[in-house]
Amino acid sequence: MKRTLSVGVWSCIALLLGPWLAVAGETDPPAQGQATETSSQAAFFEKKIRPVLVAQCYGCHAAGEGRKVKGGLALDTPSGLLQGGASGPVLVPGKPEESLLITAISQTDPSLAMPPKKRLPDTVLADFTEWVRQGAFDPRQGDGATPVRPPKEATRHWSFQPPRSVAAPPVQDPSWPQSDIDRFVLARLEERQLRPVADADWATLLRRVTFDLTGLPPTPAELQSFLSAPSASRFEQVVDRLLATPAFGEKWARHWLDVARYGESTGKTVNFNYPHAWRYRDYVIAAFQNDKPYDRFIIEQLAGDLLPYDDLQTRAEQLVATGFLAIGPKSLNERSGLKFELDMVDEQIDVTSQAFLGITVACARCHDHKMDPIPQADYYALAGIFRSTETCYGTVAFINARRTAPLLPLPPEAFPPAALPRLSDGERQQLEGRLADVRRRVEQMQDPTQKFLASGQISLLQARLDLFESDGYPKLLAMGVRDKPAGRDGGRGRRFGGFPGFSADGSRTIADSPLYERGESDAPSSRPVPRGTIHLPGLPELRIPSTTSGRLQLAEWIASRDNPLTARVFVNRLWYQLFGRGLVPTPDDFGQSGLPPSHPELLDHLSLQFMEGGWRVKSLVRSIVLSRVYRLGSEGDSRGLEIDPDNTLLWRNTPRRLGAEQVRDAILAVSGQLDVKPPVGSAVARAGDGPSVQRRPGGEGLGGAINDPTDTHRSVYLPIVRDNLPEVLALFDAADPSLISSDRPQTTVASQGLFLLNNTLVIRAADLLTRRILECGTLEERVTLAYELCYGRGPVPQDIGRAREFLEASRRHRETNGQAVRSDDREDWSAFCQALLASAEFLYRL
Amino acid sequence: MLSRRELLQSGLSGFGALAWAALAQDRLARGTVAAEAPAPGPLAARTTHFAPRARQVIFLCMEGGPSHLDTFDYKPKLAADAGKPAPRGRGRLLGSPFAFAQQGQSGLWVSELFPQVARQADRLCVLNGMHTDLPNHAQAFLQMHCGLFQFPRPSLGSWVLYGLGTENGNLPGFVTINPPQTNGGAANYAASFLPAAYQGTRMGARNPAVGAQISNLRNVRRDRDSQRLQLDYIQSLNRSTADLLGGDSSVDGLISSYELAFRMQGELPPVLDLSEESAATQALYGIDSAGGGGRAAGPQQPGAGGPAAFGRQCLLARRLIEAGVRFVEVTSPGWDHHRNLQESLTNSCRAVDQPIAGLLTDLAGRGLLEETLVIWGGEFGRSAAAQGDGRDHNNKGFTLWMAGGGVKPGLVHGRTDDYGIEAVEGKVHIHDWHATLLHLLGLDHERLTYRHAGRDMRLTDVKGNVVQEILA
Repeated sequence: MKRTLSVGVWSCIALLLGPWLAVAGETDPPAQGQATETSSQAAFFEKKIRPVLVAQCYGCHAAGEGRKVKGGLALDTPSGLLQGGASGPVLVPGKPEESLLITAISQTDPSLAMPPKKRLPDTVLADFTEWVRQGAFDPRQGDGATPVRPPKEATRHWSFQPPRSVAAPPVQDPSWPQSDIDRFVLARLEERQLRPVADADWATLLRRVTFDLTGLPPTPAELQSFLSAPSASRFEQVVDRLLATPAFGEKWARHWLDVARYGESTGKTVNFNYPHAWRYRDYVIAAFQNDKPYDRFIIEQLAGDLLPYDDLQTRAEQLVATGFLAIGPKSLNERSGLKFELDMVDEQIDVTSQAFLGITVACARCHDHKMDPIPQADYYALAGIFRSTETCYGTVAFINARRTAPLLPLPPEAFPPAALPRLSDGERQQLEGRLADVRRRVEQMQDPTQKFLASGQISLLQARLDLFESDGYPKLLAMGVRDKPAGRDGGRGRRFGGFPGFSADGSRTIADSPLYERGESDAPSSRPVPRGTIHLPGLPELRIPSTTSGRLQLAEWIASRDNPLTARVFVNRLWYQLFGRGLVPTPDDFGQSGLPPSHPELLDHLSLQFMEGGWRVKSLVRSIVLSRVYRLGSEGDSRGLEIDPDNTLLWRNTPRRLGAEQVRDAILAVSGQLDVKPPVGSAVARAGDGPSVQRRPGGEGLGGAINDPTDTHRSVYLPIVRDNLPEVLALFDAADPSLISSDRPQTTVASQGLFLLNNTLVIRAADLLTRRILECGTLEERVTLAYELCYGRGPVPQDIGRAREFLEASRRHRETNGQAVRSDDREDWSAFCQALLASAEFLYRL
Repeated sequence: MLSRRELLQSGLSGFGALAWAALAQDRLARGTVAAEAPAPGPLAARTTHFAPRARQVIFLCMEGGPSHLDTFDYKPKLAADAGKPAPRGRGRLLGSPFAFAQQGQSGLWVSELFPQVARQADRLCVLNGMHTDLPNHAQAFLQMHCGLFQFPRPSLGSWVLYGLGTENGNLPGFVTINPPQTNGGAANYAASFLPAAYQGTRMGARNPAVGAQISNLRNVRRDRDSQRLQLDYIQSLNRSTADLLGGDSSVDGLISSYELAFRMQGELPPVLDLSEESAATQALYGIDSAGGGGRAAGPQQPGAGGPAAFGRQCLLARRLIEAGVRFVEVTSPGWDHHRNLQESLTNSCRAVDQPIAGLLTDLAGRGLLEETLVIWGGEFGRSAAAQGDGRDHNNKGFTLWMAGGGVKPGLVHGRTDDYGIEAVEGKVHIHDWHATLLHLLGLDHERLTYRHAGRDMRLTDVKGNVVQEILA
């Protein structure tokens, strides 16, 4: 722009900046006594000074947007303004004639003339002179007590440095460690004069590793063969067996699904089904089962649609992987298309940055990140990538659900599974008949409310029909993303609000996004921010061709071995799952507000090993569970409990309650009910489009299917409707599918006890377990089988004695009261079995 | 009032605790167990930031957005200019078809729709300058409950429970009666990132397919003594595990949670049983004696029937509060009167008028009103302009009221413009309302925080000012 800006444009900029300025004022309220004076000074600054700084100077002199600050002078923070640059201080408050800033803009000295190639109007010059004369009052954020941290300093944070290879430290007791992991851990323990406790016994270890690797209890046969195996490497053999089971993928996928906020409905304001979300769930399970390299896993989820493929199976798999970006919660009743798009993009930035990088970039939607080196401009660089992407999440247009999207068709030649059976001609005729019937009735309706409701019914019936091809076979659809079309004439064809490639409803083509002051959709910046990502030391800028969104470049940048966060964050997740605590205790926050690692060298060691080994999850898990630290007992030790009660230094293996899925799966498994064959699809897929929970015309909704007592598949396959989790999952702290969850809380509340004491599922399981153990002849044999099934160990004599006492007391009580439902000793055994299912030893992994 | 710990130690918690105490005595006599002190779990009563003015909350939630213009915000100029074009070119002004009169010593204006509540006018503190961010049901309803609608956030009741703990460990601390399935559904009583212990317990869900009442309170197989016998066995197994782990507090927590569960299943059913209440009390709440006296609150259909259904729910709320529940929300659905305002709003008001007046009278009579904060209102108000024969949404100005603990009675705070379109004086945003509610409970909304995703989260996010003018 060569011309000087007109006054009209100035005031426009001031208006656009207005809301953001208001926030800055709120964070730094002026002292009471000076309120009036400072507020008029602030008003002067906001009206006359800041707009000029933003429009004329920030381009080169802003640490946030320009990144490389010319002449070392940053004018976008009060401290930068006061500090000055390479030529020394530019501002002497009260003395305009001594201030270089005024000299520069008055352009009296050609070597110092600013802005380059133009001169500001005299009125602006006069304003700046007056402003400096009055003391150069600067109300911008970060003034005073809380200076904005210079990005340079923030980038020195430990997690932004590349992992360093450090040799395992020497230890005082060289006989204890069996791996480098052990040496790193023991060295820290020895520093604090702590000793690791004794190793866990074999039975405990088998139960622990079986739950940790597969989410299921060991069977009595597995227990016997493990205990009787002579070989010294029997534990290694068990680990290899478990890693090879499909159950490994089902267990570990569930953790990733927590992180990826997997849900089968939109949640939020109006909760609508995602009938195709289950394909992403199955993709994640298969990825862990097949040991897909983690770097590949990242790239497929962010940009699978942009990857080359050799065969259509691969193509289908890669498309389904991008469901990661589409399954997030959405507010379908949002009236503004632009706001909807900005919220969806925000959610995508949030999940991408938290899941892979362990940092929260979404803070920078409205302002520069308060703690981490993430200026607001970087957020909008990322936003440009996702705004250039079309998110295909489906859903049906309905009362109050305005925001529908297409879905991705999968190549039929890839033979993807279908959740629905073929629609018969009879069924089709029935559906079409009902549709015609409603349409006919709508014709006759007078009342607009009635008409409105009937239109919803029409949408649902039509959506049901739309699930099938004309020959009755179900359409093969997936949730996912694809690039928007490249803009014509480099995006100059369409303009909205001065921006190429945008309409009132958001972006239509691949295009950069403006920055929205304070995150408000009616306050876009005057220039778009080039697509890109956040800035981490040692990593190059993204080079994004104008014809692509940039997702592939972003994915490769994240999955790069040079990215200091990616491997560390994932290694920490694995460690967290295996030890109940991360080496970094805040797995979702590797930034400055997170906690530092307890064993930084170990974290780096494992991260490097992980990347050098080809990002293989199974090898990493294998090397961790084969360490001696993992095999430690879980009993308390008075010195350990006193010095390190949280077990940060790993003097024992922390005992903890099983996860929600494991509680249910174990109850089903020991009672012989668990169906380990994976189902195709999910209850949500069968229910189809429409409101998830509300009863709707022509259907019951999902109500009963969410807690279907006849569903005995593994819990990872249960329907995950946002805000309506199956009861057993909700009770035992399953992740809220609307949140990106790196760790689950562990609550112990009365409602869990009520479930285990009274729920018919538990009572039924106890009855079935009873049937199983009553096949044995003697009381000892029965108790032994029950203990092996539930606790993964045989009973000691006291256990048998206590069981005998209880059975006897139960029989006496039954006979004296005569009120029991059943009049034989099966009732006593069922009470015994239920007691085992409700006990800590069953519910915990020790 | 006793703290949870005191309560547990005194054994003064109804039949459940007595039975347990007896069995515990028995077990002590047999030498199988040492006396157990309850662990200070997440629900233990907690000290407040400053002296509280109220200890408990009953939230009477009118889902759909009741019209302020036809109930508590008297607009004579709107009536005078009825039929004229509404300002800013949106339809024509609709005067209220209902008569207003000044009530009580305070002279509060209340319309004829609330004849019984009008007699309680001197107890009400009416906020006529309310406003909220959006005129959409779901967003506004979520904002009223969770502060924000953009992100999942804990509910008001969860924050209160987190801040104060519960007075009665034998009962859930936050109960929501008849909550909606839509407008955010369970998100309106979710603990979100707060621990699950602070989640609202739903009673009488509107959709029977999803299940009603509190789950798993009854055992279909075992009588109480036989279950106690079984629980004793479970606890002895648990103690072995606790011993093995050598001082693991989490198994100790499991042991006390089982005792709690056992007491809760004894204690809660009697609280839910309204038949213990006298005919006079039932009549006070508008519960029709012919169809009334039901065990618990059943599903209520919008606009259906008289005051009996909501009356039962209000009476249940009082019983829960009396029994030490911290936060009870009761929802009345169907206040979205786009059409046929005259008839439909009349029906909605009739369904709640007597129950609300009865609740206030009953609480006052029992000395509970002083320490209980009763709050009334919906997610927004209605438009001054007519929409056919009804009113559209209005988020820029509407009415909520409070009564009881710590608020000035018989006061009107705030004002909308002459047509009731926009709050112009004494403006109170939902964030301010939340800050004020917490303040009345002795909690500083800026200090009641929970660390999540690297930030200290608040109910009021980064906003909220306590409305000092209404504090007694």
